[in-house]
Amino acid sequence: MNPVEIKKLISAEFPDAIVENESLQEYQIELKPESWLEIAKYLRTEPKLSFDQLECITGVDLGEDQVLQSRYNFHSLKLRHKLEIIISLDRKKPKLASIEQIWRLGDWFEREIYDMYGIVFEGHRDLRRILLPEDWEGWPLRKNYETPETYHGIVVPKIKAESEWE
Amino acid sequence: MVLNIGPQHPSTHGVLRLKVRTDGEVVSEITPYLGYLHRCFEKHCENITYEQVIPYTDRCDYIASMNNNFGFVVAMEELMEIKVPERVEYIRVIMAELNRIASHLLALGTFGLDVGAFTPFLYMFRDRERILDMFEMVCGARLLYNYMWVGGLSHDIPSNFEQICSGFLDYFEPKILEYNELLRDNKIFVERTADVGVMPADVAVSYGVSGPNLRGSGVNWDVRRDESYSIYDRFEFEIPLGQGQVGSLGDCWDRYWVRISEISESIKIIRQALKGLPAGDIGQALPKKIRPPQGSIYRRTESPRGDLGYYIISDGKPKPFRLKMRSPAFASLSVLDEISRGWMISDVIAILGSLDIVLGEIDR
Repeated sequence: MNPVEIKKLISAEFPDAIVENESLQEYQIELKPESWLEIAKYLRTEPKLSFDQLECITGVDLGEDQVLQSRYNFHSLKLRHKLEIIISLDRKKPKLASIEQIWRLGDWFEREIYDMYGIVFEGHRDLRRILLPEDWEGWPLRKNYETPETYHGIVVPKIKAESEWE
Repeated sequence: MVLNIGPQHPSTHGVLRLKVRTDGEVVSEITPYLGYLHRCFEKHCENITYEQVIPYTDRCDYIASMNNNFGFVVAMEELMEIKVPERVEYIRVIMAELNRIASHLLALGTFGLDVGAFTPFLYMFRDRERILDMFEMVCGARLLYNYMWVGGLSHDIPSNFEQICSGFLDYFEPKILEYNELLRDNKIFVERTADVGVMPADVAVSYGVSGPNLRGSGVNWDVRRDESYSIYDRFEFEIPLGQGQVGSLGDCWDRYWVRISEISESIKIIRQALKGLPAGDIGQALPKKIRPPQGSIYRRTESPRGDLGYYIISDGKPKPFRLKMRSPAFASLSVLDEISRGWMISDVIAILGSLDIVLGEIDR
């Protein structure tokens, strides 16, 4: 199926879920977070879509007063088409349904996004930090993150300021 | 019983800690603890220019740096719509495939080492050394190349490279038989790997396992052919698949078999590329300043470990707004728990060896 048909199919099934966004590319769809779990199940089981392969989940922070995003890249090995889902979340209380039990790849990738952005994936069975130490504070990949001076007495090296590169 | 394997353990191929819960000697659960090599790759990328990202990609998967460079520049060129000169494309393919051979040699050598076969490890490192020598000749570095740039290459190949490379291939091709005699026909190796750690195809797909591990489970998927990038569509090569020849489909032996067969296919590709290598200038398409237009791209390429994806978001500035690397070994490691349950502790070592993980890429 081509991206337009996929979009039509999803908007017919879930009329309220799609967020209109002109700046997106053809294969991208922005969704509201509320019905994400149902849509995810639909993407996996609907024979016309059968997205069996979740390639990647990317967390994005759009800026200090902006939303956090979770972006999913899907691919179907059977039908050889692709789709990207974008879901924007409130920065203060980022919460989203976990799709870890539908695509097992979600397990570690969601943990990584939780680790870096603090997005809480509800329904995830083992949501812990994955790359950083368990007692690390803050969400490092957020744009307004401030690196702590020390960690257990070890000095944390600072990333060079912009002016030093120019 | 709870047993800790690692973080410092030769068979974890890096700094990885596995918390293994066992019932007697049978594994009932494995919890991997990662992050010992975490270097904030993605955070750093937001503070450096696109050119400066390339050396960082080298250091992610340090066994196959050329392929990591390749993935990044392919994604960037697609985002910036750059058309690269023919000669550059050919050289890139040659380098990427040479690096694939080197990477598979290391993977198989250490896999043999994990299950107790020491000799093949030495043989494979002997030949891998020759490939590294060629890389040194081309770009001056043996492991971390920074060779492929957006729109071009850092150096052209030396004039005698083609001759040396085809000389190497002539030397190397018969050696594959030697490796097979040492491992494939080795009764101990077969006993340790056949029927062990079976990964069914649906489990592999669901966990996002890719590359040789996925093909070992019989799934016919290769990004080089199915989502072709660069000039891979011009070459003829087979996609080796696991067939369960010795044990059942998707066992450790099949993963060995796919890798060793892929080496032969890479040789085929390099021979074709050497034959078709056009003359010309390599620097025509190098942009003066790398400033991609606003937008985002997700592009995956086939690294020796599987689907290596880069998600790049550009806001029109010389630095990436967001750069995510989808690391294939990260997904491969996540399946370890599922396929190791019910096997002995010593089998876990074999399974881990067969998955061919690189911790530099998992932890980033």
